[in-house]
Amino acid sequence: MTSIYDASRFESDHTFEADVAIVGTGAGGGTAAEILSQHGLRVIMLEEGPYWTAADFKMLERESYPNLYQESAARKTKDKGVNILQGRAVGGSTTVNWTSSFRTPAKTLDYWRERFGLSDYTDAALAPYFEERERRLNVARWAEPPNANNDVLQRGAAALGIPTAIVPRNVKGCWNLGYCGMGCPTNAKQSMLITTIPSALSRGATLVSRVRAERFVLDARGRVASLECLAMDGRGIHPTAHRVTVRARHFIAAAGAIGSPALLLRSALPDPHARVGKRTFLHPTVISAAVMPQTVDAFSGAPQSVYSDHFLYIAPLDGPIGFKLEVPPLHPVLTSTTITAFGLDETRAMASFRNTSAIIALLRDGFHPESEGGMVELQSDGTPLLDYPFTAYVWEGARRALDAMAKIQFAAGARTVFPLHENARPYRSLAHARAAIAAFPMEILRTRVASAHVMGGCAMGADPKRSVVDGDGRHHHVDNVSVFDGSVFPTSIGANPQLSIYGIVARNAQRLASALI
Amino acid sequence: MNRRQWIGSAVAAGVLIAGAGAAYEFQPDSDRAILAAIGPVMLEGSLPPDAMQAFLDGFDIAVAGLTPSVQHDVEQLMTLLRLPPTRLLLAGVIKPWHLASRDEIAAFLTRWRYSGMATLRSAYDALHQLSCAAWYGNDRAWPQTGYPGPPKLR
Ligand SMILES: Cc1cc2nc3c(=O)[nH]c(=O)nc-3n(C[C@H](O)[C@H](O)[C@H](O)COP(=O)(O)OP(=O)(O)OC[C@H]3O[C@@H](n4cnc5c(N)ncnc54)[C@H](O)[C@@H]3O)c2cc1C
Ligand code: SF4
Repeated sequence: MTSIYDASRFESDHTFEADVAIVGTGAGGGTAAEILSQHGLRVIMLEEGPYWTAADFKMLERESYPNLYQESAARKTKDKGVNILQGRAVGGSTTVNWTSSFRTPAKTLDYWRERFGLSDYTDAALAPYFEERERRLNVARWAEPPNANNDVLQRGAAALGIPTAIVPRNVKGCWNLGYCGMGCPTNAKQSMLITTIPSALSRGATLVSRVRAERFVLDARGRVASLECLAMDGRGIHPTAHRVTVRARHFIAAAGAIGSPALLLRSALPDPHARVGKRTFLHPTVISAAVMPQTVDAFSGAPQSVYSDHFLYIAPLDGPIGFKLEVPPLHPVLTSTTITAFGLDETRAMASFRNTSAIIALLRDGFHPESEGGMVELQSDGTPLLDYPFTAYVWEGARRALDAMAKIQFAAGARTVFPLHENARPYRSLAHARAAIAAFPMEILRTRVASAHVMGGCAMGADPKRSVVDGDGRHHHVDNVSVFDGSVFPTSIGANPQLSIYGIVARNAQRLASALI
Repeated sequence: MNRRQWIGSAVAAGVLIAGAGAAYEFQPDSDRAILAAIGPVMLEGSLPPDAMQAFLDGFDIAVAGLTPSVQHDVEQLMTLLRLPPTRLLLAGVIKPWHLASRDEIAAFLTRWRYSGMATLRSAYDALHQLSCAAWYGNDRAWPQTGYPGPPKLR
């Protein structure tokens, strides 16, 4: 009996029934599907994106971005100041992510216990869940030498006495290709696509792709009775004429940050303190490019293998904003669209493509009164938009990060350094770069800001006045709804979020399973 | 009225014109003429004349991958660039696009890029991002950058 459907091919309305319906198949949805089906519950997974597998992954940006990313990898914040990368595919963002796997930092958990009443969230209590997920997804420190792009960060930082470390990755038999962002063609990446989702399917779960969950429908007792969905066309842009209705005992929003709050907002679930969509975080990311004397080929090799947490912990969490340093993979579309120049200037920059390296700084937002994050709103067609205002506090950190990255790149022997700001030129000396960075007007659409880590918007917490779900991910006001994804984080993580989601969702899915069986 | 307010009201007027509906809907042919003028300046030194068709097709594909509401924003932007009054007021391009010089178009892009108004900067950013996506996703753009293309598996 087939249990995998592509709703874009539906020729009539469909109704499904299950014990648990899960919206979204990313880090949260995939993990929940496996665990709940292991407990004998009948699970249905609903995914807006397509069901693509290794054979479809041709390592081409022109195919991967429109098919596997939200809004063709060009999703923007409301004022267009931040370019947001989020997956939209079976496997969610894990199908296209870069495989870095970090546990939730202990200091972040300390802050959650103190400020959000999440008293169970101790390092020790979560460690078994992280350990178990690390085993499940084969997380291990990358054993091959870093590629030349990561090596710039390692060498430059070492020359300045800044500690770096090696990134743990969720891969098995990785070919070191460097195309994780376009979908792993070798099935080496242990994404939800090849781990938890097939495991759930093998236990009788149902998967429907190309279906957009529109709204939960409440019954007279204030519980969700059904979920109304739209079948999407083959491109995932327009709904077709057909509807999909899902009935279940329990419903899980795992549509990711932006996606899950949007679903709750469209459903008009009780939200007496107007918390849904608030405190959405981005790890706003600024970028510094450098042309090296040697070939870098930053498109090749494990994309992220070296990182530095040095600038996260030199000040207290609620002091000046801290940032994590990593490197991004560079491919022609991602690079050219991100470069802040046009015409001959850009063509010249692209002519140095093979010698170009880059460092990114991910700012840890959400730990300071001047960093309350953004707010998800609905547009007239019901689709979400994130309003993320920048504050002087965040810009100060962005400037400090551009300065730190330029120092590291020159220390690694960069010929020129190019901070990604519209006013920047390629600088040949550290002094010139630093003087320029100190004078940059720090504003949206002048400073290039990106995000691949959207978090929050359905914050968990003990106090319903300040949060949407409790520490188990259960909705404060609707008994048979849980949120199991990155949207439950009450602050940003201060590390790449996937393993935080795996571990916390594993915990909460086990608790839910015990309650349901 | 200072220059900024003047541009601001022109943007608002343009948006109203576009919002007024049917009379000014998306016009693929004239939009192609605009893009055929902007593309070679945006991608100067990279986009060869005989790749124009590929660039324009790439642009269409890139726009088609955006959500309906962002596609609508792009249509509005194209309308502002197409209608002579807004082309003149906002872009500062005097001649029709197919007659505008390289320098005139480069000056327009530069003005928007560094504009004091975030809306104009974002319009520049949209043109830049779509143009680069349209061209650098194409194998023909790669040799000049040295990018060898994806590795062959077996
Ligand atoms: C390019 C890139 C690189 C990254 N690299 C790393 C990394 O190296 N390490 C790391 O830890 N993190 C990384 N991340 C981030 C990480 O992958 C995400 O934080 C994580 O996957 C989020 O999990 P989630 O379950 O919250 O949402 P997602 O994994 O994004 O899944 C949400 C899913 O819900 C679907 N959906 C949304 N709305 C609806 C709806 N209405 N109906 C049906 N389906 C819907 C979406 O299509 C999507 O598939 C990266 C992300 C990107 C985009
Ligand atoms: S680097 Fe490894 S995990 Fe990433 S795409 Fe290549 S083989 Fe897959």
